[in-house]
Amino acid sequence: MKLTAYLDGIGLIGPGLDNWPAAQPILAGTAPYEARPLTVAAPQSLPPAERRRTGLAIKVALAVGQEACANGQLDAKQLAAVFSSSGADNDNCDAICKVLASDDRHISPTRFHNSVHNAPAGYWGIASGAMTPATVLCAHDGSFGAGLLEALTQVAVEGWGTLLVTYDMPYPAPLHAKRPLPAAFGIALALMPERSAHSLARIEVSFSDTASDALAEPELEALRRAIPCARGLPLLQAVARGTGVRVVLDYLAPLHLAVAIEPCR
Amino acid sequence: MLNSLWLSHFTATSAIGRGLEPTHAALRQQRGGLAPCAFETVTDLATYIGEVAGIDEAPLPASLGQYECRNNRLAYLGLQQDGFNAAVGAAAARYGRRRVGVLLGTSTSGILQTEQAYRRRDPVTGALPDDFHYRTTHNTYSVADFVRTAFNLEGPAVVVSTACSSSAKVFASAARMIAAGLIDAAIVGGVDSLCLTTLYGFNSLELLSPEPCRPYDADRNGLSIGEAAAFILLERPADSLDADAVLLLGAGESSDAHHMSSPHPEGLGARMAMVAALKAAGLQPADIDYINLHGTATPSNDAAEGQAVATLFGNRVPCSSTKGATGHTLGAAGGMEAVISALALQQGFLPGGVNTRCIDPDIPIQYLTANREAAPRRVLSNSFGFGGTNCSLILGRAQ
Repeated sequence: MKLTAYLDGIGLIGPGLDNWPAAQPILAGTAPYEARPLTVAAPQSLPPAERRRTGLAIKVALAVGQEACANGQLDAKQLAAVFSSSGADNDNCDAICKVLASDDRHISPTRFHNSVHNAPAGYWGIASGAMTPATVLCAHDGSFGAGLLEALTQVAVEGWGTLLVTYDMPYPAPLHAKRPLPAAFGIALALMPERSAHSLARIEVSFSDTASDALAEPELEALRRAIPCARGLPLLQAVARGTGVRVVLDYLAPLHLAVAIEPCR
Repeated sequence: MLNSLWLSHFTATSAIGRGLEPTHAALRQQRGGLAPCAFETVTDLATYIGEVAGIDEAPLPASLGQYECRNNRLAYLGLQQDGFNAAVGAAAARYGRRRVGVLLGTSTSGILQTEQAYRRRDPVTGALPDDFHYRTTHNTYSVADFVRTAFNLEGPAVVVSTACSSSAKVFASAARMIAAGLIDAAIVGGVDSLCLTTLYGFNSLELLSPEPCRPYDADRNGLSIGEAAAFILLERPADSLDADAVLLLGAGESSDAHHMSSPHPEGLGARMAMVAALKAAGLQPADIDYINLHGTATPSNDAAEGQAVATLFGNRVPCSSTKGATGHTLGAAGGMEAVISALALQQGFLPGGVNTRCIDPDIPIQYLTANREAAPRRVLSNSFGFGGTNCSLILGRAQ
């Protein structure tokens, strides 16, 4: 079975990459990349009580997921979802570990339910109303590839339209020294079984032994190497350039993922 | 799901036993494994836990030393039971090291290692100790990486971490990978181990029972946390199967889209997962002979799940939760209860739930508190988690 899907919508947030339309010329090499801190708004689609409880990872995940749906003019309620991250709400994790190492181990209920790896998927369901399947994955530095594989098998085997949401955020000290993620980042891809008027490209994924592609822009390449979900940037660069090409993405050594990209317009 | 898959080998280690034989014996004797919590430094919580004995005395081999943490120790202990190690070795030889996937569920991975490391932060700099290894212990992927490395596999691997449905959902993901032709076999299941985050976290939600948990009891008052390692080797059915071979007939997934830590009050998401599993298996509710309930023994979970089961199945199907025996093993529960369901199919009995004294009269399902001799052909196992993530599996005998 060929692992193919139509890419109908993209969401992107990273330092100096505000959203997909703004990032497109930067990735295509027609506009300069300027590093600056990432900004992301709290998701307005959440009820106020839930909105107050969201940390950076949840904000990033929901923002890119919503952007991908909007760009593809897709109804999130109709899409299955695959969330993949090398970590979770890493500020929350640090706060819990600090409390548990103290004399008073009472952690708050909100801290606890935000500690699950699938917290962004839970908030996504509340925000979107989607009762469709949602899975949440981790493969450390291979988390983008793991998410892409799961999403593609959902599209190809189940015939679902699937929203892939990959995201990461830094740990604060002292975990930062052990796992130095430099910035938050998020990429979402809306992947559909059939071509539509909104399809940007057809993609086909297979295993490969070839080394992964690097980005020409040095600062973007540094982000790609340092942030697991940014390992998907070569795919986005190819879509931004709009030419048919095959890129190789990092997955789990010795396996890489080859992605053949054919533009639809 | 396109085709049934064969659970060619499986094993489980929990508070009721290491491996299938003691697990089966404990279920037959309705012997639970819950005891008052005296885990690690946790002496201030009046609750019961399902602890696996002997993990502290079972270090990993030196070659895997960087993976040292309670969760990976429990995984390693689990892999030694019932010839599972040898079965994976044979599968890797038969299919190739890249054709065997590793898809495991966990909720908290090796977080205990980090919780303990935070107590040993440098008093001046606040730095974590040098012997703390994030990637191979704390990171959510650690247990799948550990298993892939221990077996020298080179295929796809992933951890599904959707709280308490994690190790049910891995069956669905593995089935898709096999159907897509990416792999020929998968090690699925889950490993979750005791840690402070879940003990104090569920305590903060006032969801810990002060006694061994009593699923579906009118006076149920919360859950008992357990730990477990469950492993299943999933592959396409052999040309000829023994009559008691166990097959994965279908999996169904859904989301509640309701609340982070409370189930949909009418169990709508739970019902959708069960309907999806039946559809994937091509079965009707009347085809199911036993339901292994999620049954955590919190008031709202059992009420919501019970309502969903009653709506779909009425009171025709015998049901029970085995969490009164094992405790709620969280990210390992789906795998653990798939193995218990497989034992029920192979051994011809329906496990009665333990600790339940007075079945909740407001939940109109057929809840078993005593074992029943039977010949179930198809069983359904439910796993639902925080964030409103639901998964139901249907397992059946080959004949």
